[in-house]
Amino acid sequence: MSLTSLFQWATDPWEQNVPIHIAWFLIWVSAIAGLLFLIVHATYVRYFAKPRQYAVEVPPPVASEFPERVPTNSLVARLYKWIMSAAMLTLLFTAFLPRVGFQFPWVTYHWIAGTVLAASILFHIFHASFWMDFWAIWPDRIDITDGGRRIRRFFGRAAPPPRKSAKYPLDIKLSHGAIMAAGLTAIVTGVLMMFRVRTIFFPRNPYLFSDMTWGMIYVLHGLAGVGLIALVMVHIYFAVRPENRHMLKAMIFGWMSRDSYLEEYDPKRWVVEPTISSPESKGPKGSGAGNAE
Amino acid sequence: MATIRDIMPAFDLLQPTSIAGARKLLEQHGRDAWVLAGGLDSFDWLKDRLKKPKTVVDLSGVEELKGIRTTSDGIEIGAMTTLTGVVQHPVIKEKYGLLAEAASVVASPQIRNQGTIGGNVSQDARCWYYRAGWPCYRAGGNICYADTPVGRNREHAILHANRCVAVSPSDTAPALIALDARFVIGTRKGERVVDAEDYFIGPDIDITRLNILQPGDLLTAIRIPSAWAGARFYFEKVRDRNVWDFPLLNVASAMVVNGGKVERIRIAVNAAAARPLRLTAVEKAVRGLPANQATAEMAGRLAVQGAVPLQFNAYKIPLMRNLVKRAIGGVQEAT
Repeated sequence: MSLTSLFQWATDPWEQNVPIHIAWFLIWVSAIAGLLFLIVHATYVRYFAKPRQYAVEVPPPVASEFPERVPTNSLVARLYKWIMSAAMLTLLFTAFLPRVGFQFPWVTYHWIAGTVLAASILFHIFHASFWMDFWAIWPDRIDITDGGRRIRRFFGRAAPPPRKSAKYPLDIKLSHGAIMAAGLTAIVTGVLMMFRVRTIFFPRNPYLFSDMTWGMIYVLHGLAGVGLIALVMVHIYFAVRPENRHMLKAMIFGWMSRDSYLEEYDPKRWVVEPTISSPESKGPKGSGAGNAE
Repeated sequence: MATIRDIMPAFDLLQPTSIAGARKLLEQHGRDAWVLAGGLDSFDWLKDRLKKPKTVVDLSGVEELKGIRTTSDGIEIGAMTTLTGVVQHPVIKEKYGLLAEAASVVASPQIRNQGTIGGNVSQDARCWYYRAGWPCYRAGGNICYADTPVGRNREHAILHANRCVAVSPSDTAPALIALDARFVIGTRKGERVVDAEDYFIGPDIDITRLNILQPGDLLTAIRIPSAWAGARFYFEKVRDRNVWDFPLLNVASAMVVNGGKVERIRIAVNAAAARPLRLTAVEKAVRGLPANQATAEMAGRLAVQGAVPLQFNAYKIPLMRNLVKRAIGGVQEAT
């Protein structure tokens, strides 16, 4: 199979051979790839994975110094997350259900959901840049070193155990990066594609670009879209896995338990202000929400 | 785009003699099969080599699909009945004159002799760009060449456009909607009967088709109930020339007037959108009102609410307004 067979081609009125879409079988390729990943991962974790082991690089913290409820995500960050999730799922369903036989007037829902997603991403970039620790979500040197250790240990080679993670573990950071790349591609191309339909934002201009450029925009949009099928499947899968449920709950309620925090995270890399008053005091008194996503 | 004309591509020609045989062949060949009724739409596509089916299923030998039968509640017209057969049928002329009138203005006498009622309601869009083989939305591409500042869109949609602005060119479709007809479709899951207005779909639902037929499906008959037999009918088709032309707009209405008031009404227009439009808002608004000029005026204005003209088809808005007005108020009272 050649690379060109991944796209649908057509001859435009100027006799140019131009791409017009991705080949629609890629929807199934992505969905099946996502599903296979889930099956393989779930099987591996269930039957083959060894218990997690972390290097102890800091003295065991005095548990009672930390609040029982460690703040994780501010209300604004949680609202953004769920709005973005709803918009993303709406976009995927409205884009691909009609392609697999469920027909409904999808275009209007699609561009409205796309507009909501674009607005929420713009807000997120602004919010993350000025009110959050912008770099917290990007892999740092420790993540890369520990990632290498994990891979070596996975293949049975000698390597020290990895350290506990910062607020965002490496897999979350990588997932965020992949979804960001695919999502931004879909959003930017999608905004341009809105020049080809009637919306309330700007007048149609189907001749804004050449046929070849338009074709590439449609192909990029399609590739990002089918990529997001697998990425979203994997994202949801990890969100509901038992070992990650504390993160899902944190994304709903805005906090995680002290036990989860101490078990999974390095207090040096994700600094939570210890409780000053009584160790028995309840409620989120840490400062973690300050750099929460 | 250079197109080889008048020489059809090679295909397997299958000629079933029964509905069951036709259905079996259509199911067997699925997307590779092309249903040939009268051929007046099909041969354009095939001769222009824009559609290259592997198999053509010719229905001309299926006698079950031909003819008009009276039933306990109206009539049933076989999908392969010619338009001339519809026009000349005494029961249709007497009780469902709306359909006879609509069928009588389709194209030309020669075309009506060959063209079928099933083909007329199932024919494809007549957009220049689509028919020229350009990769527009309807052809599976990503652009509408007609909906541009310089696109030739005089014949195109003023309502319910969604990326594609092509219109349904059928004359009999609005008449069948006004008569509350049902379309009988043979599908993989058995017989399906749908209201005439639900047989047609717009680009918002599926931009590549004008009706709900899926590969393997076959329109077998059209049933017209007696509920509207002998009602006050109105049909008018506006076209550039008086013979052998598609509608710029047409209107069909069936109305029951009692004591000078509109008791019941069904009204539909075509060539205003990608699907024939039943004007339910108009029906609702005029029900119970006097069938006079004031009501007609109001109905005409209501009918075109939400219309969005393209560069060269703004004339369709007053045209549609007046056609609806004439359908309700009568020709003499219109201005």
